[in-house]
Amino acid sequence: MSGRELMYREALREALFEEMARDDEIFIIGEGIAERGGSYKVTEGLLDKYGAARVRDTPISEASMIGVGVGAAIAGGRPIVEILYVDFAMLGMDMIVNQAAKFRLMTGGSGRVPFVLRTQGGTGGGVAAQHSQSLEALFYHIPGLRVVMPSTPVDAKGLLKFALRQPNPVMFLEHKHLYMTKGDVPEGELITEFGVADIKREGSDVTLIAWSNMVPRTLEAAKELADMGISAEVLDPRTLVPLDREAILKSVAKTNRCVIVQEAVRRGGIASDISSIIQEEAFYSLDAPVQIVAGMNTPIPFNLTLEEASVPQKDDVIAAVQSVLHSKAA
Amino acid sequence: MPNKRRGNTPPKEVLEELFTTAYRIRNFETEGIKLYRQGLVRGYFHPYLGQEGIATGACTALEERDYIASTHRGHGHCIAQGANVDGMVAELLQKKSGYCKGYGGSMHIADISKNNLGANGIVGASTPLGVGAALANQIRGSDAVTIAFSTDGASNNGTFLESLNLAAIWNLNFILIIENNQYAVSTTLAEATRETELYKRGEAIGVESHRIDGNDSLVVYETVTDAVKKCRSGLGPILIEAVTFRHSGHHVNDPGKYMPEEKLKYYKDRDPVDRARDNFIKMGKASAEEVATIEAKIGSEFEAAVAAAKSADEVSIQEFREFVEGY
Ligand SMILES: Cc1ncc(C[n+]2csc(CCOP(=O)(O)OP(=O)(O)O)c2C)c(N)n1
Ligand SMILES: [Mg+2]
Repeated sequence: MSGRELMYREALREALFEEMARDDEIFIIGEGIAERGGSYKVTEGLLDKYGAARVRDTPISEASMIGVGVGAAIAGGRPIVEILYVDFAMLGMDMIVNQAAKFRLMTGGSGRVPFVLRTQGGTGGGVAAQHSQSLEALFYHIPGLRVVMPSTPVDAKGLLKFALRQPNPVMFLEHKHLYMTKGDVPEGELITEFGVADIKREGSDVTLIAWSNMVPRTLEAAKELADMGISAEVLDPRTLVPLDREAILKSVAKTNRCVIVQEAVRRGGIASDISSIIQEEAFYSLDAPVQIVAGMNTPIPFNLTLEEASVPQKDDVIAAVQSVLHSKAA
Repeated sequence: MPNKRRGNTPPKEVLEELFTTAYRIRNFETEGIKLYRQGLVRGYFHPYLGQEGIATGACTALEERDYIASTHRGHGHCIAQGANVDGMVAELLQKKSGYCKGYGGSMHIADISKNNLGANGIVGASTPLGVGAALANQIRGSDAVTIAFSTDGASNNGTFLESLNLAAIWNLNFILIIENNQYAVSTTLAEATRETELYKRGEAIGVESHRIDGNDSLVVYETVTDAVKKCRSGLGPILIEAVTFRHSGHHVNDPGKYMPEEKLKYYKDRDPVDRARDNFIKMGKASAEEVATIEAKIGSEFEAAVAAAKSADEVSIQEFREFVEGY
């Protein structure tokens, strides 16, 4: 333990400072990111340190912000495009889906798109249907993209630094609820490779798979389950593409039970895909059907009680664990 | 700012309506912010303070069959298009009696029955949506006009040009009002575009375009009245850039420190509500008593709305589940 605590947003900021010092090609564009330092202060101070050429405010032009990021990346630049809410990334979907994701294959591998789109999603505090979505499944569905969803400050830093050193388009999805959360971040170089899951808590009775803001919630549930005598393992894939299948299968082989917790709506979600992988590859080590705890199939309502009802809460996770523990498989 | 007022004196009813609407919006925002500070309102709240003249003048020029599309700063449009404050306050307080039953909140507020396509959380969305409403009306043979309220910020979204161009080639009864308050959050218009006279973008694609003082509801009213008339006689679409300035930050929690004081003073000296009141008194020969009566009525109407909303129910989780069944 280094004993050094940072907030999630501070860890991201540190990654940006370090990587921009290391690589002159890195630049960042977004709305209100320069002088104002961004809505979550992740880019505060970058303008002073790295100058107006590399830290730029943009008009409200998401489709072209994303497009110029992709173009710059193809031309060998290292762009970071910050989009205020993942909901607004929808305005740039053509550039993400038809351009960024396809270029490497279309050029037979000679073209590369080292493009990082940083944005944030999820519910939080009554910002309603167009500012609360969890849209990772849309990107997950498109071959050619990397999908990264850190849940802790240390992961946020290490994964962002790795994103800025690898050659593929990255959807770096932060969570509005996590920016102010704190965690240990050791001093010194810290790089976290994609495709390596992290066991956030070890356990033997059931595997709980969760990412982004569902990780702290699932950990709370695991703590309560421990008081009830149930030992839950919490696995955070950290990157959804690439997905660390091996770690998932290994954990399930140990616990024989699995619950997947996803904030995004249930239908067409990543949890369903992970569940299908488990049943295909670990069917005979399962003692119960895999359970999914996910968001309701609904836009997020403004009303706070309804907002909470739309996404998984700690008690939903606990109930699902109890059900997989009590279900009798043949 | 070109102040293209017509020479003649408008009827007293019009001046009264302009003042009443502008004051109702002012009161809604001022009192609504107090509710926010008390923790009764959550989420986003983008005040229309300082811009009241635009929604007021524009919607007063419309008939019942006409449509509007609104923005994230949408309370003023909603009121000017005829919504009552009961349903709006209840919406802010996330109650079932709200216009959107508490599902939408400030940023999605709308009285759909008044042909309001709603406030919108996506900057720029109102323009294509408004053109769509105009298209539907053209196809059904109606002469209804649609106003899309838009913003300086939204004019740098690609759909601004795409949709205005569609409205032009199809001769739609469409009026695009750019509320140029000179900022997108803290980004100035000059940082966001080289040509800060935004009406020129309309001219570039053959759309009749005007730039007016958005802080005078009467100027807005007369300009939009002409534009509506032209649209109904087949000469649409028309673009109107209404220049204005916010009285405070971007949303309730933005102190707006970046707004230069002299500029703020300049626009506060041209306060749209004061000007509507002046017009009502001077041109409409209204007495101080008439003005006081209107203000008192609007004040108590808001208080009653708050009292009713406070004791109203919220949608239950069960009702919510049933509502989205099959989604
Ligand atoms: C597509 C999109 N991008 C960004 C935002 C975030 N945002 C909300 S309001 C705003 C500034 C808007 O400025 P302007 O369009 O001029 O309207 P104003 O707030 O001045 O009324 C921004 C950037 C958004 N809501 N939608
Ligand atoms: Mg503006």
